[in-house]
Amino acid sequence: MEIGLDMEMFQYTDKVMEHFKDPHNVGQIENPDGVGKVGNPVCGDLMEIQIRVKDDRLEDVKFRTFGCGAAVATSSMVTDMAIGKTLDEAMKITRADVADELGGLPPVKMHCSNLAADALHAAIEDYRSKKKKG
Amino acid sequence: MDYGSACPVDARVIETMQPFMETAGNPSSIISWGLAAKKALEDAREKVAALIGVDNPREVVFTGGATESNNIAILSGAGSLKDKGNHIIVSAIEHVSILNPCKELMKHGFEVSIIPVNDQGVVDIEGIEKAITDKTVLISVMYANGEIGTIQSIRKIGELAVQNKKMFHVDATAACGKIPVDVTADHIDILTVSSNDMAGPQGAGALYIKRGIKLDPVMFGGGQERGVRSGTENIAGIAGMGKAAEISMNDMKENAIYTSGLRDKLLDGLASKVSDCYITGSRTDRLPNHASVRFSYIEGESITLNLDMMGVAAASGSACTSHTLKASHVLIALGLKHEEAHGSVVLTLSRSNTEEDVDYIIDVLPGIVERLRMMSPLTP
Repeated sequence: MEIGLDMEMFQYTDKVMEHFKDPHNVGQIENPDGVGKVGNPVCGDLMEIQIRVKDDRLEDVKFRTFGCGAAVATSSMVTDMAIGKTLDEAMKITRADVADELGGLPPVKMHCSNLAADALHAAIEDYRSKKKKG
Repeated sequence: MDYGSACPVDARVIETMQPFMETAGNPSSIISWGLAAKKALEDAREKVAALIGVDNPREVVFTGGATESNNIAILSGAGSLKDKGNHIIVSAIEHVSILNPCKELMKHGFEVSIIPVNDQGVVDIEGIEKAITDKTVLISVMYANGEIGTIQSIRKIGELAVQNKKMFHVDATAACGKIPVDVTADHIDILTVSSNDMAGPQGAGALYIKRGIKLDPVMFGGGQERGVRSGTENIAGIAGMGKAAEISMNDMKENAIYTSGLRDKLLDGLASKVSDCYITGSRTDRLPNHASVRFSYIEGESITLNLDMMGVAAASGSACTSHTLKASHVLIALGLKHEEAHGSVVLTLSRSNTEEDVDYIIDVLPGIVERLRMMSPLTP
């Protein structure tokens, strides 16, 4: 039967729910090489990503998130996508890439809760600016 | 435990509606189907009237729902008095179907005073008194709030309205069927009643309009429902609403005793098992079936999604569960910070809930909260 209403407008994909139920790489890294924090608790989403860098590659990535199902799932997904990548490769991961890997996000969640890539980039920039200062 | 505005329709209500879904007669017609519809309409009117302490059922008109009732009350209630004044007084925790029509009237020269509430959600009555001017034409305050469960001292506000000769509207959407509402004793001029908040169907609502008050229509047409709400009446919905009113009136006392026992057990249980868990709204002046809490450092949609996975339906005032992506204005009005408001959970109980249901929530919710807090950068 054809359903007239596109339920994807409102529902989370199975992949999103998988990551929400059992998120990967939650927590903090001891003495991280870089930290990125984006979002705002006023909007209901705050994400923190910590990274460990070795030979210009992301050896470890961990996250902590205050937010909805989409915020948790995108955080978890971006850590999976980033670990093992070079910093330049990781900087190329976009919000859209994260949403695609999750099989899509409800449109209303695309801009507010899909901040994980930004948090990752912020962590890498933090690492690079610290390195510059020496 | 989501028996607020989303509560399931009672089986007896569906039975009452059934004949009118099969044969939708027009109550304005005099053929036999029409007469059956007319009888159902007037039966329902009597039942809704009885629920709110109205002797003359003619003072009750049916609408398409509580939002429509509230819109008519504000737009027509204040609008029809625009020659006398242009000032409306409402509370800060009114439903958006009150606040947004007020905003609309502001475009047409009206001024609106929004009266604050205290941290329990109780409206500042002195504030209302001070706000009244010669230009005030309408005071609108809700009976009880569906998000925080707080019940207002409506009678006192009604007395104030009488003393100052102001029209008084009350949105009783969350209160009707849960606690006694008596429009005469409470000095109410216009009252909003919802169907789906008392286990009736969606798409039906009512408005009590005290005799002598003439409201201009918002919708123009055939002049049904005393000219206030044109359009062929939704007989199945209205008959269902009438049945729901009858059932909730008969069972009100027993339901209140039963659900308030579960409510208190739930609130006490959660408060004792979870740190930084706070009741939102008043503990004492609270709807009998309403438990609302907030958990610091975490977000409401994540909590309700987790509860859903454990088989518990709950609601939240978090931005992420709304269309507007803003934290609930009701929780902000209590003085909560945005991140605090995002962590709210609303559990509404019914007769079909058991002690075991409550034990189960008290058992699983602390684990959910702990897991989400481990994940949150706000957790100290």
